[in-house]
Amino acid sequence: MAKHRGRGIASINYPIGMNLGGDPSQALVHSNPSGKFTVSLSSIDLGQGMKSVTRQICAETLGVPVEDVYVDTADSDTGPHCMGSFASRGTHRVGNAVMAAAKEARGVMMEAAAEELEVNAADLDTDGRGNIHVKGAPHRSISTKDVAIAAQFKQGKTISGRGIFLVPLSEVDPETGEMSPATCYAHACLVAEVEVDDETGEVAMVRMDSAYELGRALNPRLVEQQLVGGAWMGISHALFETPEPYYPDPAHGPRDFVEYLMPGPGDVCPHDIAVLERPAADGPFGAKGPGEMCANPVLPAVANAIFNAVGVRMDELPITPEKVLRAIKAQGGARPQARR
Amino acid sequence: MTKTPLQFRHNGRDVALFVDGGVNLLVALRELIGDMTPKFGCGQGGCGACGVLIDGELHLSCLTLAETVNGRTVETLDGLKDGPNLHPLQRAFMEQFAAQCGYCTPGMLMAAKALLDRNPSPTRAEVIEAISGNICRCTGYEPIINAVLAAATGGRARA
Repeated sequence: MAKHRGRGIASINYPIGMNLGGDPSQALVHSNPSGKFTVSLSSIDLGQGMKSVTRQICAETLGVPVEDVYVDTADSDTGPHCMGSFASRGTHRVGNAVMAAAKEARGVMMEAAAEELEVNAADLDTDGRGNIHVKGAPHRSISTKDVAIAAQFKQGKTISGRGIFLVPLSEVDPETGEMSPATCYAHACLVAEVEVDDETGEVAMVRMDSAYELGRALNPRLVEQQLVGGAWMGISHALFETPEPYYPDPAHGPRDFVEYLMPGPGDVCPHDIAVLERPAADGPFGAKGPGEMCANPVLPAVANAIFNAVGVRMDELPITPEKVLRAIKAQGGARPQARR
Repeated sequence: MTKTPLQFRHNGRDVALFVDGGVNLLVALRELIGDMTPKFGCGQGGCGACGVLIDGELHLSCLTLAETVNGRTVETLDGLKDGPNLHPLQRAFMEQFAAQCGYCTPGMLMAAKALLDRNPSPTRAEVIEAISGNICRCTGYEPIINAVLAAATGGRARA
């Protein structure tokens, strides 16, 4: 009776968004009389930071400080249409819509500023600190606040913009069934190391090493946060969570958090992450976004690591101690495989 | 039904209210006092989102009868900051990106405060033990553990 270490690897190509009905997202951007901007969205930030990245995208496109942008999400009754926060589409789809809306709003803002400064709008630029100035002549400038006030009270203009991102609907080839379900793909590779106890069937995570290629990381700390948290969910799906442990028999199913098992703070392991940035041609500032794939590679990597450790092929999730133990018994004991 | 008069100290302020028999402290705080910082997660002591300090000790307010805090001191997340100044734990949670959806955060912060109040320089294992009754769905715990260690004086040296 012993504990066996094993290492497993998994690679993943992950589609960003989907192509049902063109997968559209809309965004509206408008200036308030204070010269600050509001982005209206119907997609929701589930905590992974879509509000933060759409705020950055809007500020960068408008050429104003990020502090001057407020993002209003998640009222599908009154907001513009959006398919929602799923399919790892938030940063890419919603970000593109915000970028388009901010571009249109920037055009109006520059026209309004041009009228105040009595120059051609093409000769103007933003300084990213809340001012608009004549190119090459920074002293000839006007604040975005004064532009917003002039547009509102003098010029009778709304500084606003509309944006939509819509993927051309992909037709299915009748001969081959081929279609293009997504416009860009993110990629990842993850190595998991586990320790399997052949007496109890318990699997403990030892460490994970991963590399994620997800376009440009618009907010690197949020990307890392999402990858760390997502990997925990992957561990949870691989080894713990199930509402029906004896499917299809609902008996002995968990009734509460005491019985519905998830890894606790003591069950996590060191995770070294490398983020590779290869900007996507159609992404907002090259971003694709991590999304769901931060959890996905953990499951096959853990299953492969268990095979490497004790020689049993687990093909049902979650890989509970009971299943591991039964499989080890069925093959007449642990058979550690060669370490790679 | 007869109501019971109840007085206790809530985040440095004396409060007096009448509660129905059997009302738990979480309901009293949220619905009668209006302190929404303790969260209702499971209502049966399984998730830790409702954690508060009673006389400095961590308790699950969903499992605590409101009447039992009569004459005692109750601290919630709402009382953690000092005016406009965030508590070192709150700052560390921000800097370490220790929250995503944020629902577990009040309970995590109170569990961490209870730990640091009695052990200002905990080891990593002691931090894990202290938050082991709190469920987090988003962060993978690692950033939370790191935040508590960062907020602790000398915590890193011992970890």
